[in-house]
Amino acid sequence: MNFPILSSLILLPTIGALFIFFSKTNKTKYQSSKYVALFVSFANFLLSLYLWFLFDTTTYEFQFVENQEWIRGFINYKVGVDGISILFIILTTLIAPLCIISVNATIKKNLKGFLVAILLMETLMIGVFCSLDLVVFYLFFEGGLIPMFLIIGIWGGEKRVYSAFKFFLYTLLGSVLMLIAIISIYWMTGTTDVTELYEIGINAKYQNLLWLAFFSSFAVKTPMWPVHTWLPDAHVEAPTAGSVLLAAILLKMGGYAFIRFSLGLFPIASDYFVPLIYFLSLVAIVYTSLVALMQEDMKKLIAYSSVAHMGFVTLGIFTITQQGIEGSIFQMISHGLVSAALFLCVGVVYERMHTRLINRYGGIVTIMPKYAIVFMIFTLGAIGLPGTSGFVGEFLILIGTFKKSFLVATIASSGIIFAAAYMLWLYRRIIFGELIHEDLKKMIDLNQSEIFILWSLAIPILFIGFYPEPIINTVEISVNNLIEMFNSNLQINLAKNN
Amino acid sequence: MINLNLIFPEIFISLSIMFLLIVGVFKKNSLNFIYNLTIISLLITLALTLNYPIDTHLTLFNESYKIDYLSTFMKILTLISGIFVMLTSSKYIQITKIIKIEYPVLLLSSILGMMVMISSNDLIVFYMGLELQSLALYVLASFNKENLLSSEAGLKFFVLSALSSGLLLYGCSLIYGFSNSTNFILIAENLNSNSYGLTFGIVFILVGLAFKISAVPFHMWAPDVYQGSPTSVTIFFAILPKIAALTVFIRFLYVPFINLIDQWQMIIVFLSIASMLFGAIAAIGQRNLKRLIAYSSIGHMGYALAGLAAGSNNGIQSAVSYISIYLVMNLAFFSCLLMIRRNDNYFENIEDLSGLSKNHPILSISLLIVLFSLAGIPPLAGFFAKFYIFMAVIERSMYFLAVIGLLSTVIAAYYYLRIIKIIYFDPEKEKYDSNHHLGLKLSLIISTIFILFYFIYPSGLTEIISKINII
Repeated sequence: MNFPILSSLILLPTIGALFIFFSKTNKTKYQSSKYVALFVSFANFLLSLYLWFLFDTTTYEFQFVENQEWIRGFINYKVGVDGISILFIILTTLIAPLCIISVNATIKKNLKGFLVAILLMETLMIGVFCSLDLVVFYLFFEGGLIPMFLIIGIWGGEKRVYSAFKFFLYTLLGSVLMLIAIISIYWMTGTTDVTELYEIGINAKYQNLLWLAFFSSFAVKTPMWPVHTWLPDAHVEAPTAGSVLLAAILLKMGGYAFIRFSLGLFPIASDYFVPLIYFLSLVAIVYTSLVALMQEDMKKLIAYSSVAHMGFVTLGIFTITQQGIEGSIFQMISHGLVSAALFLCVGVVYERMHTRLINRYGGIVTIMPKYAIVFMIFTLGAIGLPGTSGFVGEFLILIGTFKKSFLVATIASSGIIFAAAYMLWLYRRIIFGELIHEDLKKMIDLNQSEIFILWSLAIPILFIGFYPEPIINTVEISVNNLIEMFNSNLQINLAKNN
Repeated sequence: MINLNLIFPEIFISLSIMFLLIVGVFKKNSLNFIYNLTIISLLITLALTLNYPIDTHLTLFNESYKIDYLSTFMKILTLISGIFVMLTSSKYIQITKIIKIEYPVLLLSSILGMMVMISSNDLIVFYMGLELQSLALYVLASFNKENLLSSEAGLKFFVLSALSSGLLLYGCSLIYGFSNSTNFILIAENLNSNSYGLTFGIVFILVGLAFKISAVPFHMWAPDVYQGSPTSVTIFFAILPKIAALTVFIRFLYVPFINLIDQWQMIIVFLSIASMLFGAIAAIGQRNLKRLIAYSSIGHMGYALAGLAAGSNNGIQSAVSYISIYLVMNLAFFSCLLMIRRNDNYFENIEDLSGLSKNHPILSISLLIVLFSLAGIPPLAGFFAKFYIFMAVIERSMYFLAVIGLLSTVIAAYYYLRIIKIIYFDPEKEKYDSNHHLGLKLSLIISTIFILFYFIYPSGLTEIISKINII
């Protein structure tokens, strides 16, 4: 297989973005750039499906690896996928076209620029999930700040400037420490190639510090309590498409990086810091769920629920069991679909009423029945009702956690109840109840493009909820290998210390 | 037999200075002609510099003048940026009516001084070059006679610079006293590291040099001079003297005093940390863009010094690549600044950029790229510049320096973001003129493309720079 399929995946959106940027559009035909963007991102989606089709699920080795000299004698451009990363790539390519369809009247100014930013974002996000070199990873990871900053800042709500700055500076502060760690790793081992580093291993003496440096970056991105505060602000102020990208994909970078780098490179430190992660995850699950209960702004509620859900993810990852990690990956995919859909749902009503306050709605089931149905599916998905994708992820994570600690699992389980509480209450207050606000009667039900977007998220949520096999099958061997590697590393270290 | 072939570029540039002066005196209304002729003579000098093999390693005049890879590279850098600076500012000096025949001639003599500095292998030669470049710069800073700020800038620069030159000379004399020579190579041979006098000498010279590149705590002149000088001179200030001074830094620290690294390393580390932090924090409150870029350049010099502090070839190379990328970014920034013009008035406050993106999308995109690059966000060139520096610093396990440096990038990111915020998020103002001089457009396009696409082939620059071997 000589065709550089991963690089094509990475580059295609950028080419589309450049094309849109340099093409001349007049005011009357501004839609044409949207079609170009849609075409490019859809082609990318098909390409990623083709990648999944070619993907060999019987090996844990990295596939479709491209290795090219980049900074001579020093750093290589290396990309490749394994069972863990391929799903995130597909999630990214699935969400991007939906985001582009959802862009319409809400983006009043400079549609072209918005599409360019989204396409660049797609490039960078795919790059994050494929890169197999720490420096290349860092480049993609950090590069995402620029378009996201602009998306929030230019097309956001009232407090957009504050939110954009907060987002940017929080993430940057976390990441610079990771850069120091990456460079230190280079001087310790002579390489930043992830697969080579897996083999060489990193001296146990330094692992703790390096782990913390990486952690500072990933924890902000995930986001974990107590560095999650940028997320509600960013979500609330970002335009719908921006929130969707943030929730569905950007947050997954942290979780993905925990699996790939923290567990893979620093097994001993990861083992050492398990209690810390448990503690932070539990706080995230319980505390942010309670905070979510109290929110009056829909987007903020969903944002806090995201933090709680990501708490499950980090918990699952650091159980370091087959079920826990598979559950986390599943949960991330599921949350990617569900939260994207929820933000789109909020976008639907926001576009009609221009408010996100929950108490301004109520009883719209009679006016918008189609909307009520899909919103129900996503609400149940967020709660983790059996039959939706959310259930499989949380269930697997809790199994993994029970294996390690009964207490932690018990506390974590309460998160599911909280989730049911705030999500169902949200649903009740918006959809049911009495129609007291007269102006709501003017609202029209979903139009065709909205139906298309929402159902193309609802179907996968239900499908993998009933039949999780394709996902579990894809990740299984890679996760298994990761855990074996992890345990053997621990044993070697134990033997050394005795 | 002294081989004068090797200093053809310097000879040529001196001749053209005299020639241009004479032409200027005898030919009426020849301002544009002379200006263009200056650019051409810089081009010819560049060609002459490129003419001899780049990896020569020769010394002239009793080993007091050195032509090697470092000097050739830095001279090429100086000449190229000199050409670009002249291209960008040609329209500016016409509109603001500050052009006189002395202007291009002074620029040329300053560049000559820098070339002498870059090649100097002797304290006296170095001092000569330094004074030649500074004298020209004093006059240039106050070139806008009508403007009070410009005169203040010139005077301030002169007084403070004279003070630092005094310190520098005192340091030279101390070193001469303790090593019986002014030649770098002989100093290295006669070095007796036990004498405190020598250390004092080094410190005084470092103070003088730190003043020239405006490192904290010798930076006080920079903001006023940057703001007061005509913008065309500010570009010059922001770029060219730094190249020359950095070269002297490298030569001075790594040729005669490499064995005393324990004694000077802490000083450089201190200068570096102070500059990075101060540059980042002090720039936050600035409203004038030229003043802001002065603080930002103080910070940037801190990073370049961090590379030097590492005390390794990697460190030197990282500092050289830092300065190369830095000058491209500054050139791009000032090109943008010179495009903010309405009815022959130039604007230089941050508020003037408000909502620029609505009326001037291309200009705003370039500014966006430049500012993110100055902030060091990947994948732009500015990130790589910092990346090389931290590679070198961490190689020597100087984690403290690395952490401070990276934290100050985060602080510095704030004020760059603030400009971006004003350009992109704020309400728009009246349109600016969009008819710009070709040279200005050209330098903006070239530098922006370099910054944006540097990541595709970073080996190009590293390859060239990796041949610099001082130690």
